[in-house]
Amino acid sequence: MKTRKILSGLAFVVFAITVFASCKNEQKKSSEEVAINEDVEANSTIANLETGAVGYKIGDEATDFKLKDVSGKMVSLSDYKDAKGFIVIFTCNTCPFAVASEERIVALDKEFKPKGYPVIAINPNNPEVQEDDSYELMQAKAKEAGFTFPYLYDDSQTVYAKYGAAKTPHVYLLQKDASAGSAGKNIVKYIGAIDDNVRNASAVKEQFLANAVNELLEGKEISVKETKAIGCSVKQ
Amino acid sequence: MKLLSVFLFFIMLQSCSDKKSETKASGITSEVAMKENLQIEKENFDTKRVVSLNFEELEKNYFQKKNDSIYIINFWATWCKPCVKELPAFEKLTLNFSDKKVKVLLVSLDFPDKIDSQVIPFIKKNKINSEVVLLDDPDANSWIPKVSEEWSGAIPATVIYKNDNRKFYEQSFTFEELETELKKFL
Repeated sequence: MKTRKILSGLAFVVFAITVFASCKNEQKKSSEEVAINEDVEANSTIANLETGAVGYKIGDEATDFKLKDVSGKMVSLSDYKDAKGFIVIFTCNTCPFAVASEERIVALDKEFKPKGYPVIAINPNNPEVQEDDSYELMQAKAKEAGFTFPYLYDDSQTVYAKYGAAKTPHVYLLQKDASAGSAGKNIVKYIGAIDDNVRNASAVKEQFLANAVNELLEGKEISVKETKAIGCSVKQ
Repeated sequence: MKLLSVFLFFIMLQSCSDKKSETKASGITSEVAMKENLQIEKENFDTKRVVSLNFEELEKNYFQKKNDSIYIINFWATWCKPCVKELPAFEKLTLNFSDKKVKVLLVSLDFPDKIDSQVIPFIKKNKINSEVVLLDDPDANSWIPKVSEEWSGAIPATVIYKNDNRKFYEQSFTFEELETELKKFL
């Protein structure tokens, strides 16, 4: 009986320490912000300035690519024989705006893949600069967030520069040119944001991207062709 | 014995949750304080507050100053590595040009619910002297072009202006680069 009491007493002490520790941890976490003097190797200037390229404008032909998916497979736009076009989204694991958009990107893929416009996500960040954007962590992200689309790694950091993606998330809506003799050409139809409220999906008033895809599907001219949104600059 | 331990346990839990509610409460008073006094100048770091503004308020209060000061407005966020990296350059600028009329404003694009948990602790920890406000305006598509037609929306981004002379920079700055740009306005 006595040993029992001692044991339960001990158990309580251990439990108490754990509670204390977890409480402490919580506080530590909140104060563990990025220190200003921390040696951040990120030297993120905008690609456009460095390469002199301005990226795509509406009506330009978008280049195809061959990039490694989180599944290990290499993916190109030309693999999608039946697609009418593509929703190409430059995004990443870490940017709070990208994270806030994850569910919406999955929903867009579910809605528009059956209609011929699949989502192709590309991570343009250099993991040597932004270590949380490594290929392995992309695999974990795709699993955890239930990505239903390819999540490609822009290993050489060249594709985003050609497109002119300055930040994540950054959307390029492409349409296959169906006219004779131009098979396989993908034309840029919309550039910009998913919608008008990246922080809060339930407060969205204008679904810029979905509206644009629907207008393409109806054979109409896209009414809003370019939009702007705040995003994390691409980490080269 | 059993009762005592249960009692002790509750006290501990209580003390833990108390701390959290304390920070919450101070957050609320901070907002009230802000609305009454938009421009809180040099302050004790312990009472540092961050004002939340929508773009219209930001533009009215900070983008249209007509006097002989040079205004440097930097868009940043606590989670943005290149932004955090360049902040010391802006801080140093305020110090080095204290005899000139140079005013730095740091516009945080952190999510509004992170003011108390991230923005204020960050300012305190890094002893940020420049004025910090938080831009709480979700429809970025409407206000990004008002800052500059050239802006893609990526941060960091900076505006330098004096009266009607205004320049926009979508880039990271070193202190030297920033100083060079500033001198063009002197």
